[in-house]
Amino acid sequence: MPSPEPLLAARGLGRRFGPSTVLRSVDLDIAAGQVLLVLGENGSGKTTLLRLLAGLLRPTTGSVLLHGQPVRSTDAEFRRHLGLLSHKSHMYDDLTLRENLVFAARMHGLPNPGEAAAAAIRSADLDQRGDSRLGSLSRGMLQRAAIARAFIHRPGILLLDEPFTALDAPSADRVRRWIQERVRDGCGIALVTHQPAEVWELTTDVGVLAAGRWAILEPRPAALESFLPRYREAIRV
Amino acid sequence: MSESVRAVFALAAKDLRLEFRGKAGLLSAVMFAALVLIIFNFSRDPTTISNIDLAPSVLWVTFAFGAVVTLNRAFHLEQENAAFDGLRLAPVSRGAVYFGKLLANLVFVGLVEAVTLPLFILFFDVDLSGSLPGILAITALATIGFVGVGTVFSAMVVRTRFAELMLPVLLLPFMVPPLIGATQATTRLLAGRPLSEVWGWLRLLAVYDIVFVTLSALTFWAVVDE
Amino acid sequence: MTAGIRGRGAIRGGLAVTAIALLLLAGVYVMALKYTPVEIRQGLAQKIFYLHAPAAWSALLAFGLVGLISVLYLWLQDPRLDLFAASSVEVGLAFCLVMLTTGPIWAKPIWGTWWTWDPRLTLTLLLFFIFLGYLALRSALNDRSERARFSAVIGIMGLLLVPFIHISVYLFRTMHPMPILMKPSKPSLPPEMLKTLLFSFGVATLLYIGFVMVRYGLAIRQYDREEAQDES
Repeated sequence: MPSPEPLLAARGLGRRFGPSTVLRSVDLDIAAGQVLLVLGENGSGKTTLLRLLAGLLRPTTGSVLLHGQPVRSTDAEFRRHLGLLSHKSHMYDDLTLRENLVFAARMHGLPNPGEAAAAAIRSADLDQRGDSRLGSLSRGMLQRAAIARAFIHRPGILLLDEPFTALDAPSADRVRRWIQERVRDGCGIALVTHQPAEVWELTTDVGVLAAGRWAILEPRPAALESFLPRYREAIRV
Repeated sequence: MSESVRAVFALAAKDLRLEFRGKAGLLSAVMFAALVLIIFNFSRDPTTISNIDLAPSVLWVTFAFGAVVTLNRAFHLEQENAAFDGLRLAPVSRGAVYFGKLLANLVFVGLVEAVTLPLFILFFDVDLSGSLPGILAITALATIGFVGVGTVFSAMVVRTRFAELMLPVLLLPFMVPPLIGATQATTRLLAGRPLSEVWGWLRLLAVYDIVFVTLSALTFWAVVDE
Repeated sequence: MTAGIRGRGAIRGGLAVTAIALLLLAGVYVMALKYTPVEIRQGLAQKIFYLHAPAAWSALLAFGLVGLISVLYLWLQDPRLDLFAASSVEVGLAFCLVMLTTGPIWAKPIWGTWWTWDPRLTLTLLLFFIFLGYLALRSALNDRSERARFSAVIGIMGLLLVPFIHISVYLFRTMHPMPILMKPSKPSLPPEMLKTLLFSFGVATLLYIGFVMVRYGLAIRQYDREEAQDES
């Protein structure tokens, strides 16, 4: 691990939904500049892990630690340091993109919501569509808008669930560059994807979840090709 | 202004903007309330029961039904694109989210009541000239009470398959005390009695509001934290 | 804690308590019919009180406990507390139903009407509906923790609603007196009546404990069975 003091950590993190256990006793550390790639089959607990880290779900066992301090669900402040890009945009179809972003900025208590929204629209390269109804955006634009909304408050910890969904090649390139910039800024990142090839070079660590546990968690090997056979082996659990 | 208070107003303003842009929802609630008034007028024998005898009950049953219909929509608009997750990710307490939704719901239900009241005066030929301030005070106190509880319940029922049916089943028993108070006080005021005579009812309504809004804000986390 | 064992103890104990309570209940009937004097004004109809009053007591005990247990649940988040609260609601509803049926049977000959909006009767009726709604909401939710949290919120709110219903219905009635043939007076009870009533309250409490233990045991067993299914 690159730094002794991780930005975000999990200890013995587990979660059940009713009688079914989706995540069992997961440990992880994400330090500044670290990018953890999380792989696994559908239903292996990847999304649940990100939602637990973001504080959207309360853990059944274990805890999440922010700068070494355990996070309590009643504490709202810790959410300032986190941003989550999920499968859904968290925005309202009947508001314009700008209105959605201004609202998000207000909820995060940003000093100048209008400016923050304008900057986010620029960074998503959606200047032309800033005042269109959100519901009228194409899927690719929507994904860029969702990224802009999720990180409008410039958090130090980025949780990305399938960021490349629906993005064409140029947009995907832009998201990759954006991730690189955030890493240079000293952010810690956890990234869930089904297409490891798209981000392999960006990542520092790789973890494979199988049936709610780490099957693999290690520094990222240089070549994806050498890793793939072990990945296939791991998810066969 | 503290950050939480700003978030409360931002959330309420967002709801108002969405609702006024959609229009259909609020308009339907207003129409529903107007139709309830009309039906009430014809569900009596005009030769034996005069309008004024029935007026307070009609007014409050209409307000209650209008509120239930309006509250049913409160958390539906948070369902699209998992927008509610976005609210839960914001660095504000669950209590602030509750107060934001409560504020928006009070405006919506207040609007339905504001349209219903003139129609009620028109249809039932009531003279409110002397009693209007009292009636408004009663309406405000009773509405805060049942919208306070209704906001929590409507956040619960959106998680079920038959939310529209579940909300009135849960909420109506909790509406009984404010409705009794409001109807009794309205009856007295319409009969020309002074405001001092309904002071006791007003106090009861105020205590109900304080108890249930506080309790709702304190337990809202249990409704929204998964 | 292996599956089955937790529930079985509670069910066995509950069945034993219920059996004893049912025997004692027969005793209440015998006492009510043979031992207590016939009330002068109400006649034999008054005998139903030895069923009605203890049922009301048990229903209020059940719902009161639901409110307190709900507070504890939100604090400790132990699923057993939720299962207990839900069991108590079901048993409370059963007692409520006894109270709501015996009430009118008594009221018809005495007050001359099947139903009156007496504060206590109204309160029971509304509690009946609140907790029917509680069960309806539970059955409409799939997630176990969500079900428990929502139930707890309603349990607490229901408990706090009780004084408001009571006060407002009381004030409502004092302003609109209902036509009744006879006012329910509070004469000093003859010792035989008092003893029988107190005995019947004890028996009803015991019945509540027995029922709730059995229901709770079944709920725990169901819970553990779902757990076991997941593990396999």
